[in-house]
Amino acid sequence: MSHNRKELIRDGMVAGSPLILGYFPIAMAYGLLAKNTGLTIVDTSATSMLVYAGASQFMFLDLVRAGVSAGSIILATFLLNLRHMMMSASLSVNLKKDTAGFLPVIGFGITDETFSVLSFNKDKLSLPFILTVNLIAYGAWASGTAVGYLVGEVIPQALQESLGLGLYAMFAALLFPSFKVNKDYLKPALLGAVTYIAIFRTGMLSSGWDIIAGIIIASALGVVVMGKEDNDE
Amino acid sequence: MNSYLPVIFGMALVTYLPRLLPLMLLQKLKLRPSMMRFLQLVPYTSLSILIVRGILTSDPDMVPAAIAGIGVAGALAYWKGNLVLSVLSGIAVSFLVITYIG
Repeated sequence: MSHNRKELIRDGMVAGSPLILGYFPIAMAYGLLAKNTGLTIVDTSATSMLVYAGASQFMFLDLVRAGVSAGSIILATFLLNLRHMMMSASLSVNLKKDTAGFLPVIGFGITDETFSVLSFNKDKLSLPFILTVNLIAYGAWASGTAVGYLVGEVIPQALQESLGLGLYAMFAALLFPSFKVNKDYLKPALLGAVTYIAIFRTGMLSSGWDIIAGIIIASALGVVVMGKEDNDE
Repeated sequence: MNSYLPVIFGMALVTYLPRLLPLMLLQKLKLRPSMMRFLQLVPYTSLSILIVRGILTSDPDMVPAAIAGIGVAGALAYWKGNLVLSVLSGIAVSFLVITYIG
């Protein structure tokens, strides 16, 4: 691996650029909805800049509207965001040495989307690459929130919705090519899909638990089905 | 207007710790091969789950646009291997479906 710093930053910008398309419009929608919910600009920006977790921020607005207590809001947020623990654990084993000392910053930036981009570039997980991807995502989320609050709906509805769907398109665009590299990885992906559909259909687990339980069950089944050996390299 | 800052700080803390602690702790441990394997599979299972969940929980009107965008982006990435182009194409297809079909 002889990537220099400039290359890694450039690679990070390319890898992170789809995040702008997805994050900015959703953050705008969040900013506007927060305003309509009666939050101040300070509170609205604070959620995006400090909590920095999209789904739980939208849930927060729902719970505020419903007049739910502070303790319940925090507990619900914890459950919904607990899935990042699995993603953080998965990333931890592939980080390069130069990330030591920056783990508090790297950890702060882990979202579903940055995790996806990072874990499918696992040969590049040195500090400049990670920070570039994380900063692009964070910048888009924080600035989109403020613009949405202050300016309102400037992107037409249909375009905004398709940009939001772009995040799912990105998940697919990251996941599908890995099957070409090694078709064995179809197995954990299918296990994930089947496990989640089963959890969703039975409706036993509330939002939050459903994702993390799905990840744990499907990954454990994957180890059973595929064996412990890493036949990737 | 009330300030929600105390709640927001609480939310920030309970969101941050699960993101940070595994990163700090797991690097110090020597993991068993089965655990390494488990963690290696997490990206595949979690992305698949996020995609399926996105379709299952989206507004019924949006499902065709979601499936079309996901399919086109995934297929293009598979055959052409260009992430940005694939995502842009997926967005364009979703937009067309929403505008002309949805």
